[in-house]
Amino acid sequence: MEFNEPAGQNLFDNARLVGKPAARIDGPLKVSGLAPYAYERHDVVEGQLYGYPVGATISHGRILSMDVEAARAAPGVRAVVTTLDIAPLALGMLNVARLFGGDEVQHYHQAIAVVVADSFEQARAAAGLITAEYATGDAADFDLHAAFERLQGSGDPDTLVGDVDTAFRSAAAVVDQMYHTASISHAAMEPHASIVDWSDGERMRVWTSNQMINWTRGSIATTFGIDPELVQLESPYVGGGFGGKLWLRADAVLAAIGSRAAGAPVKLALPRPFVMNNTTHRAATVQRVRLAAASDGRLTGIWHEAASHSLPGGRGENATAQTPYFYATDTMRVKHHIVAMPLPEASDMRAPGEASGHMGLEVAMDELAEALEMDPVQLRIVNDTQVNPSEPSQPFSERNYVACLETGAEAFGWSDRSATPGQRREGQWLIGMGMAGAYRGTPVRPSGARAILENGRLIIETDMTDIGTGSYTVLAQTAAEVMGLTLDEVEMRLGNSLYPVSSGSGGQFGAASSTAGVYAACMALRGEIGERLGYDAPEFSDGLVVSGDSSQALADLQGRFEAVDEMTIGNFQDNYLLATFGAHFAEVAVHIATGETRVRRMVSTIDAGRILNPTTARSQLIGGMTMSIGGVLSEEMALDTGRGYFVNHDLAGYEVAVHADILDQEVIFLDTADAVATPLKAKGVGELGVCGVGAAVANAVYNATGVRVRDFPLTLDRLLGGLPELA
Amino acid sequence: MPPPIEFELRRRTLLAGTAAVAAASVARLAHAQEQAGSAASAQQQSDIALTVNGTEHRITVDNRTTLLDVLREDLHLTGTKKGCDHGQCGACTCSVNGERINSCLSLAVLHDGDDVTTIEGRGAPGQLDPMQAAFVSHDAFQCGYCTPGQIQSAHAVIGEIRAGIPSHVTSDLTAVIELTEAEIRERMSGNICRCGAYSNILAAITEVAEDQA
Repeated sequence: MEFNEPAGQNLFDNARLVGKPAARIDGPLKVSGLAPYAYERHDVVEGQLYGYPVGATISHGRILSMDVEAARAAPGVRAVVTTLDIAPLALGMLNVARLFGGDEVQHYHQAIAVVVADSFEQARAAAGLITAEYATGDAADFDLHAAFERLQGSGDPDTLVGDVDTAFRSAAAVVDQMYHTASISHAAMEPHASIVDWSDGERMRVWTSNQMINWTRGSIATTFGIDPELVQLESPYVGGGFGGKLWLRADAVLAAIGSRAAGAPVKLALPRPFVMNNTTHRAATVQRVRLAAASDGRLTGIWHEAASHSLPGGRGENATAQTPYFYATDTMRVKHHIVAMPLPEASDMRAPGEASGHMGLEVAMDELAEALEMDPVQLRIVNDTQVNPSEPSQPFSERNYVACLETGAEAFGWSDRSATPGQRREGQWLIGMGMAGAYRGTPVRPSGARAILENGRLIIETDMTDIGTGSYTVLAQTAAEVMGLTLDEVEMRLGNSLYPVSSGSGGQFGAASSTAGVYAACMALRGEIGERLGYDAPEFSDGLVVSGDSSQALADLQGRFEAVDEMTIGNFQDNYLLATFGAHFAEVAVHIATGETRVRRMVSTIDAGRILNPTTARSQLIGGMTMSIGGVLSEEMALDTGRGYFVNHDLAGYEVAVHADILDQEVIFLDTADAVATPLKAKGVGELGVCGVGAAVANAVYNATGVRVRDFPLTLDRLLGGLPELA
Repeated sequence: MPPPIEFELRRRTLLAGTAAVAAASVARLAHAQEQAGSAASAQQQSDIALTVNGTEHRITVDNRTTLLDVLREDLHLTGTKKGCDHGQCGACTCSVNGERINSCLSLAVLHDGDDVTTIEGRGAPGQLDPMQAAFVSHDAFQCGYCTPGQIQSAHAVIGEIRAGIPSHVTSDLTAVIELTEAEIRERMSGNICRCGAYSNILAAITEVAEDQA
C-alpha cells in the first residue's frame, strides 16, 4: 500500500483501541522474568560456549604483537582469536570504527581478541592473561573548544538565510554566548549481547539485542563478506537501546568469530565498562549561539555554530539539528563542524543532535527573553511559524507549538514565576522556575508486516523491535482495530529477520511507521478474506466479517488466510515538514550551601499527532524527562585527555538519574491528528522528551539562583561560586 | 503473545523434576574439569545446596561463579538480570534468606544451604503476585530489563520500612517510620531504570503498600 496523499476520515478517527490506554501485552512476561533477552536463550541451540572480549588499552596506534599462549593453555579454553589473526573486517552500515581485524587501534577498548571457553569464569580468566605490545600513535589533541575556535567561520554554512551580519548590527537585543555539553552514554541496562551459531562457517544464526533487524543483518553480511540470506537474526526483547543498539557492534562480531573458531555456538555480553568505550556515545559539543531580536521579541537573526568530535568519517553530534526549523527569523546562519579525535565512536543517541542542541538554543532563548525583559513563553509564541523557516515554501504538516506553550504554562502555574532571579527562598533552598521549547523531526519510513488468520487466530509478524517503546502493544492495538478483534485475540511476533522488513526502532520513527505497516498488512488480509469468502465490500467488526446479509465469525473461519504488505510513503510528504513539538516546564530547588539541585516538579506538553497509546507514550515522555534530568545535572563521560578514553566507564562513576532524583512528573498530550504523517495520523514521541527538558531545568536553576551556567552537566562546582553568601 | 521458549523449558524442567537441571550443570562443569586437570579443579570447585523458589538444587560450582551466574547459567533462571556485574545497577537483586542482595556481588559458594527467591518464584503470567500486577497496571517499566530487580527491591523496601530499618531520609530514628514517597524513592535508588519509569514504579509500590496496610 502506498500512502500517497494526506489521510482522510478513516477507521482510526472513531477507534475502539487505537488512541486508547492499554497495558503492555508483553508486561506479564517482563514482570515475571520470562521475556527472553539475547544472552538468555538457553533454549535456542545446544552446546553454547562463553565468549569474553579483550579491549585495546591505548586510544590509537598499532598493535606490534600479542601474547596469547597463556590464554590458550588456560583451563576450559576452546579458542582464542586476536585481531592480528584476521584481516580488517569491512565496516557495517554507518560504522566508522572497525569492530575487529588488523593491527590498527582507533579507540580505547576497541576489541583486539576474543576468548571462547566452557564457562564464563574460564573465558574471563583467560582473557586476562592476554598481553599486547603497542606502538602508540602521536599525541592527540582532545581540546574541542580550541578546535571550535580554530574552525569558527570556516566552511560553507549548512543553512544560510539572508544576511545575519546586518541583522545583528541593527538588532534591539542580542545574545551571543558559548555553550558546552558533555559526552553522554546510552547506558542501557542490558549490555550489548549476542549468541551466535556460525559453527559450520556457512549459515549464521544470531540472537542479539538490536533495534534494527534488517540493517544489522545487512551489516553482518557486509562485515563477513557473506550473503545476507545466510544470516538469520532475532531480537524479540531489547533491554534498552536509545540509539546505542542501532548498529552492529562488537558483541555479535566477536561471538561470530568465536563460534567459527570453536565450531560451536558462542554467547558473549560486553562487560559494563566496554559499553562506555567499546560502543557508541553522544559526542560532546561546543556551541556558539547568537540571537538577534527586534524590541517586540521577533527574531531577526539566528546564528548557531557548533562542533563535536568523531572518528574520521563519522557524523558527530550535530547540535544545530533543530535550529533551521524551530523559530521564525529574518536571517539565519547554521554550521556544524566535525573534529576528528581518536575517541570511541560518536554516533546516534536518542534525538541525535537536538538533545544537545536544545541546551544551547533554548538556554539562549531564555537569555534573550531576559535581555528583552520579556516572558520566555511569550518570546517563543511571537516567534512561532507555520512554515519551515529555512525553506518558507514548505509548510509544517501540523504545528501546535503555541498550544503547547499556552497549555503547559497554564497547567504548570507559570504566572507565579518571578522574572527576577533569586527571589524565592524556602529555608536553605532557592526556588526557581524555568521552561524551554522542544522540536524534533518525525521521519516516517517504509514498513512491512505479515498478517495471518489461522483457525480464527490473528498473528502479526514483522521484524519491528520493541525496545521498551511499546511496539508489541501499539501494533496489536492497530491489528485488532483493523480486523474488528479484541487485543487478546492478536498474537504478535516481532524482531526476527524471517519476518517482513519494518521501519525498525530509531529516530522516533518506529511507532508511526510500523503501525502503518501493520495497517497495510491487515487491509490486505481483509481483502484476502473477502475474496475467498466471496464477500463483496466486507466489513470487520465485533469479531465478524460482514457483507450484506452474510456474516461469519473470524473465529470460525477454517484454514489459513495470509497477506503480506508494506506501507510505502509517497513523494507528497516532501511538500511538508513533519515535526513534533513540546513545551517543558520545571521547578527546581537549589541548596544555597551545597548547590545541590532538585527538580521538584515538571510539566511537559506534547504535540505529536495522534497518541497511539497514552499509557506507553506517557512512559516514553517521563522516561525522556528522567534521562534529561540525569543529562543536565550529572551525566558526563569524563575524558582522560592524556590517554584518550572515558574514565568513568561504569554505573558508579557515570551518574544517571535514580529514583531519589525524580519527583513529580506530568505529561499533557494535545492529542491532535496529523493526516500527512501516516494513515493513523500519528507521529513519534520517543525523542521529544529529551529535547529541551535539560534546558528547562537549566533555566529554572538560573531563575532560582541568578547563576547562569552554560557548561553542562550543571554540577555543583559550576554553581557554588555564584551562590549568595550564607546568612 | 506466544509463550517464550524459556517459559516452556521451565515448565518441562518442573515436570521432570530438578534432578535434570542439576545433572546438566554438573555435566558442564565436569567437562571443564577434564580440561583443567582434576587436581587443580577439585580445589576450584565446591558442592553446594541451594534452595531456589522452594526447590533444592545440589550443584557443583566454580568458586569464582557468582550467585547471579549460577541462577542464570546453571539453573536457567534468567529472570534475574546482569546489568553491570559490579553491584551498581540493581538488576540482579534477588532475595536470599528473606533479605535483598545484589546477586552479582556474592559468590555462589557462600550460599551453601541458603534459600533464594528469584522473580520466577514471585509469580508467572496468569498468576502474578500483587507487585508484579501493579507494575503492569502502572506501566512501571519499558524495556523490562531492570524490572525483576525493581520488583524484588520493591517487596524488600516495604518490609524494611515496616521492620523499622532507617534510611538516609528517615528524620526521626525513634519514631515509627512512615511509608512515604521519599522513603520509597531513597530505598529504591540502588535499582537503576534507564528507561526512566521511576514515577510509575513509585505509584505501583505505593499502591501495593497501601493495599497491604
